[in-house]
Amino acid sequence: MSDLGRVLVLAGGLSHERDVSLRSGRRVSEALRAVGVDVEERDADAGLIPALQDDPPSAVFPLLHGSAGEDGALREVLDLLDVPYVGASPVACRLAFDKPVAKTIVAAAGLRTPKSVVLPHETFRELGAQTVLGRIVERLGLPLVVKPTRGGSALGCNVVRTVPELPAAMVNCFAYGEVSLLEQHVSGTEVSVAVVDVGDGPRALPAVEIVPDSGFYDYAARYNAGATEFVAPARLSDAAAAVCADVALAAHQALGLRDLSRTDLIVDRDGVPWFLEVNVAPGMTETSLVPLAVESAGLDLGIVCRDLLHGAAHRAEAERAERGGR
Amino acid sequence: MEDVPEYRPVHRETRFDADLARYAARAKGMVASEIRALFSVANRPEVVSLAGGAPNISGLPLDVVGSLLNELVGERGTVAMQYGSAQGDPALREQITDVMSLVGIDASPDDVVVTVGSQQALDLVTRIFCDPGDVVICEAPSYVGALGVFASYQCDVVHVAMDDHGLIPEHLDSALASVAASGRRAKFLYTIPSHHNPMGVSLSLERRAQVLEICRRHDVLVIEDDPYGLLGFDGEPYRALRADDPARVVYLGSFSKTFAPGFRVGWALAPHAIRDKLVLAQESATLCPPTFSQHAVGTYLANHDWRGQIKAFREMYRERRDAMLASLADLMPATTTWTKPNGGFYVWVTLPEGIDAKAMSPRAITARVAYVPGTAFYADGFGSQSMRLSYCFPSPERIREGIRRLAAVVEQEMDLRDTFGPLHLGRGRGVESPGPDLR
Repeated sequence: MSDLGRVLVLAGGLSHERDVSLRSGRRVSEALRAVGVDVEERDADAGLIPALQDDPPSAVFPLLHGSAGEDGALREVLDLLDVPYVGASPVACRLAFDKPVAKTIVAAAGLRTPKSVVLPHETFRELGAQTVLGRIVERLGLPLVVKPTRGGSALGCNVVRTVPELPAAMVNCFAYGEVSLLEQHVSGTEVSVAVVDVGDGPRALPAVEIVPDSGFYDYAARYNAGATEFVAPARLSDAAAAVCADVALAAHQALGLRDLSRTDLIVDRDGVPWFLEVNVAPGMTETSLVPLAVESAGLDLGIVCRDLLHGAAHRAEAERAERGGR
Repeated sequence: MEDVPEYRPVHRETRFDADLARYAARAKGMVASEIRALFSVANRPEVVSLAGGAPNISGLPLDVVGSLLNELVGERGTVAMQYGSAQGDPALREQITDVMSLVGIDASPDDVVVTVGSQQALDLVTRIFCDPGDVVICEAPSYVGALGVFASYQCDVVHVAMDDHGLIPEHLDSALASVAASGRRAKFLYTIPSHHNPMGVSLSLERRAQVLEICRRHDVLVIEDDPYGLLGFDGEPYRALRADDPARVVYLGSFSKTFAPGFRVGWALAPHAIRDKLVLAQESATLCPPTFSQHAVGTYLANHDWRGQIKAFREMYRERRDAMLASLADLMPATTTWTKPNGGFYVWVTLPEGIDAKAMSPRAITARVAYVPGTAFYADGFGSQSMRLSYCFPSPERIREGIRRLAAVVEQEMDLRDTFGPLHLGRGRGVESPGPDLR
C-alpha cells in the first residue's frame, strides 16, 4: 500500500454527466489501486459531509463532471471542511466553468478564441428570436457552434450549418442550460491538451487529435468506442504542437488553475490554435482524452493520479502550517 | 513522492476498441446515447422517476417467501439446484396452466416452455422465426424490449396505429396487404392486447375477434405478450387471444409482475411444432431455465394465496393510477392529452404540438423528474411528441410531486417553442435499447 493513506474518489452527482462521472471514477480508482493506493469511491450525496467529518481521507479526487462538480461548489464545501482535494480552487473553477468568462480571460492573456455571442432565452423571447438570430448569423456567419455556457460532454452542443437548423439547436441548448453561447465555427484539426502539475510546475502533455467519424465530437462520438479515431501525439508540425502546448499552459495559468486541466483547441489551416474551452475535472473514462495523453507521454495514469493526490495533501499541510504560524 | 518518469512520447492511433472489425452487424445499433445516460440520474432518490417499469413488490410477504425458500432448500435442495429439463419443470408447467385459465386459456402443460422471463420467450420466438430483413408487425408504439430483440435479429419492424381501444384492425389489414404487395411476408404480429406497454390501453373484445380474423386471412402468426393481463382494475381479466385461436397464437406469460421479477421466470405457450423448436432453442441458449427459480415460483404458487396477492397488487396499482390521472388532470397544460389505463403500469402522454419529449428530457432531469421519451417505443423514430409515464413504483404522493415538476417543465418547453417555433426534429436514430428497469 502507498504511504498516502486512504483517498476518496468522488464520482456520480446529479448532473447530466452522472454516467460519465461514474465511469471516470471507476477508471481512476482502478488505476490508483493498481499502484497500491487505498481508494474509496463515493457519490456526492447527503451522506458525504458526515462521512468526510467522521473519517477524513488524506485527499479527495473530485471527478464530478458538470455543475456542482466543476463550477466550484463542491470544492467550496471541501474547503469548508478542510479536506484536501486535487484540482483548482472554487474561484478558479467558477471562472473556468463559465465558457464565456473563460474565453474573455484567455483572450485578455493574448490567446485566440472564436468570436461569439452570449444570450439567455429571455432575450430571444422578448426581442424576437428570428431577428436576434438573424443578426447573429450576419455577424458571425455560418457554420456556427451553439452550446450552453456551462456544462460538458458536448451536451446541448450542435454545429449549425444552415439557418433553418438554428431553432432546434437553440431548443436543444436551452434544455441543458439557461444561457446560450453561439460561437464562430473554426475549421481545422481538433486537439485537446492536458496540463498536469505533480509538484514540479505545470507541463503540457502531448496533444491528442480527435477525428470523429460523424464529423462532430458529440456525446455518441465521445462515449462509444470506435466512433472516433484518436491520434496521440496529434499529427501537427513540431512548431504547431509547441504552440498548442504553450496555449494550454497559458490558459491553465491565466485562469488560475492547478494540478490538472484539459484545454480543447482547434488548430486552423495556418497552424494557429483557437481556444474553445477548458475543463477542471476532465473525463477519465475508457474513451477519454487525458488518460490517452498520459499514456502518450510515457506516464502511468495511476502514478500521475497518486502524485496529484500527494500534492494536494502536502498543499493542505503547508496551508495549515502557515495558518498555525500566523 | 516518486520521481515522475522521463518524458517519453508514445505514438498511438486508437479507437479504444481493438475488436471493432470483429463485431457482427447486429451489434451496430448497440450504442451509448445521451438519453440512456440521463437514466443513471433517474435512479437517484432525489429524482421522481416516472420512467422505470419495475413492479412494486414491497407488498410481498417476504417472511412467507423466506420460509418457503428455506423449506425448499432443506427438503428438495439437491433437486432444486440441479440441471433440469429444457422445457421447464413439469410441476411448474402444470401450475402455469392454472394461471392461464384466468385469462380463458385451456392448455396442456406439454405445450408450455418455461423461459428466463417472457423476454427470453420473445427472444426464442424471434430466433426460430426471423431471418435478417424479415418483417415483424408491431403496434405503434410497442414495448421497447421487444423492439430491442427485433433489432438484434435485424428484423424490419412495421408499426400499426393504435387508438384508445388498442390496435386498429383496418390499419393492420392494410399494413399486411402492403407488406404482401411489396413481395414480402410478415412473419408475425407482436401484440400486447391487455394493458399495453407503453400505451396503457387494451384491445376491445370486438377488435380481438377482428385481429384474429385478419391474421388468419393473411396467414400470419400472432405473438401475444401478456405480462399485465391479471393486473386489470375493472372486473374480470380480458380473454386472451390465444383462448380463441390456439393454433395461430403463441402466448407469452410472466411471473415478473404477478410475483417478483428477480426470479426471471416466464413462459411461452405454443402449438406443438413451435413448442418443439422452442425447446431445442432453449437447450442451445441456456441448457435449461434456472431450476432453482422454477422451484421457488412453484413452491410459492402451491403454498401461498397467489390469487389474493395479485388482488392486493391490483388495488395498490389502482390507487397509483388514480393518483397519476388526477394529478395530470389538475396540473398539466390544457393541450396535453393522455390515455386512461384500466390496468397495468403505464399512461401514454401526448404533449402539446411542437414539443419534443426527447429534447425536453435534460430539462426534466434538471427539475428532478424522469420519464421515457416516446421515440424509445418506435423502431422508426416516430413518437417524439409523446412520453411514457409509469405509476407502478412511486407512492401516490411522489407521483403527484413528479407530475407537478413535469407540468412546470412542459410549461417551460412551451415557452421555448413560442420563442423559437415548433420543433420538427425529424426521425431519431431508431431503437435505443432498454435499460433493465424500463420494461
